[in-house]
Amino acid sequence: MIEVENLTKQFGSKRAVDDLTFTVKKGEVLGFLGPNGAGKSTTMRMITGFIPPTSGDARVCGISVIDEPKKAKTKIGYLPESAPLYHDMTVIGFLKFCASVRGLSGTAKNDAVERAIDTCFLNSVARQSIDTLSKGYRHRTCLAQALLHDPEVLILDEPTDGLDPNQKHEVRQLIKRLGREKAILFSTHILEEVEAACTRAVIVDCGKIVADGTPAELIEQSGTGSLTDLFRSLTTRDTEAAA
Amino acid sequence: MTALTIYKRELSSYFAQPTAYAIIVIFLALSMGLTFSFGNFMRVGDASLEWTFFFWHPWIFMLLAPAVGMKLWADEQRTGTIELLGTFPLSIWSAIIGKYLAAATVWLVALALTFPIVLTVNYLGTPDNGAIFAGYLGSFLVCCTFLAITMLVSACTRDQVVCLIVSVAICVTMVLCGYDDFTRELGKAVSPAVVEAVTALGVWEHFRSLNRGLFRLQDVVWFGSFIVVCLLGTSAILSAKRA
Repeated sequence: MIEVENLTKQFGSKRAVDDLTFTVKKGEVLGFLGPNGAGKSTTMRMITGFIPPTSGDARVCGISVIDEPKKAKTKIGYLPESAPLYHDMTVIGFLKFCASVRGLSGTAKNDAVERAIDTCFLNSVARQSIDTLSKGYRHRTCLAQALLHDPEVLILDEPTDGLDPNQKHEVRQLIKRLGREKAILFSTHILEEVEAACTRAVIVDCGKIVADGTPAELIEQSGTGSLTDLFRSLTTRDTEAAA
Repeated sequence: MTALTIYKRELSSYFAQPTAYAIIVIFLALSMGLTFSFGNFMRVGDASLEWTFFFWHPWIFMLLAPAVGMKLWADEQRTGTIELLGTFPLSIWSAIIGKYLAAATVWLVALALTFPIVLTVNYLGTPDNGAIFAGYLGSFLVCCTFLAITMLVSACTRDQVVCLIVSVAICVTMVLCGYDDFTRELGKAVSPAVVEAVTALGVWEHFRSLNRGLFRLQDVVWFGSFIVVCLLGTSAILSAKRA
């Protein structure tokens, strides 16, 4: 479903993503771990076709995002890191706009919007202006946008960032549920989330994969039974990088 | 089709917020105020509206047109919604065209609301309504040119204030460049060739002939190509920024 091949991104002299290769199959939820600045968001932006890679390719459902970006983008639902929204719109207005851009119209559009609102528990705020929503609702509105067209591939950049523990739990359950029929790639730096929602996880550091396996395998690899220990031993701390 | 969706969203965003109303009201107040005060509308007895009414439009547009266009891309970049647009299956051109036409529509509404002055001259005298229409066309084209410049500037920055100041500076220069008093003063300092080159950049030459009711293809081509170049530049900058 998602095939990433030798993906590289160079920003000036800094190599943000370095020759990354991995795949996410249908029914798989891949946790994308790494410290801040490891290249997680950059990788996701390349897979979704927002920024072009320096070299390498990413294919979604067999369609290259470089050769056929428009077609590939129809297969992807994407939640960007900051959950950006048009603040002057209502939740339902925003979702209808996104559905129209995705080529949905008439009843198909209304059904899709209704389903997304239900899935993300937005019923109580559907007619409210996005301006007035709390962070949790905003985040879920943006997540709803990613689910509208029932995409085969979901790419979620820190979907639980800024949510309260209840909301975090709901989103994790949602990811788990959706993951049965879709291929999901989601980034996080909350390690418990990996055990709670992922079928597999990779740890990236400085644009390279440093560990790859199921949560159980990674815990075993740590030797101490703690993902945190593994994470800390494999990744560069920014205090070290600065030194 | 997606251009239409973007157009609708942008237009409703203008009218959902006070932006469009404020600008339209200020435009109407300024254009009518200038017509009746400095334009000496009641004393001149000129039904063509050329000097009393249309003459003021480039001066007003150079300050107000950028206020309508400044948010087009600057806001999109500041809030990060450009990441949504960039990952939707649409071409950058539908977004550029949709946004541009929405901003132009705001001005079309503003210009249309000056209709009482046309009714007045028709009541008081027997003007050439074809010439008045050409005057409106000239005004609208000047406004569209300024909007295109603003759109280009707004693609360069995420700060609306910077966009406003830079765009106003460019528009003011374009208005002054072809204005007789300015070129006369300039002629004292530099060679006639330079004056001619500067005048060619100004909007007056093309605006004035339309304003007199003279429909010349060259003027429409001048405005048209200026706008197209600015929109092409916008697309180039947006693509370059993502690379």
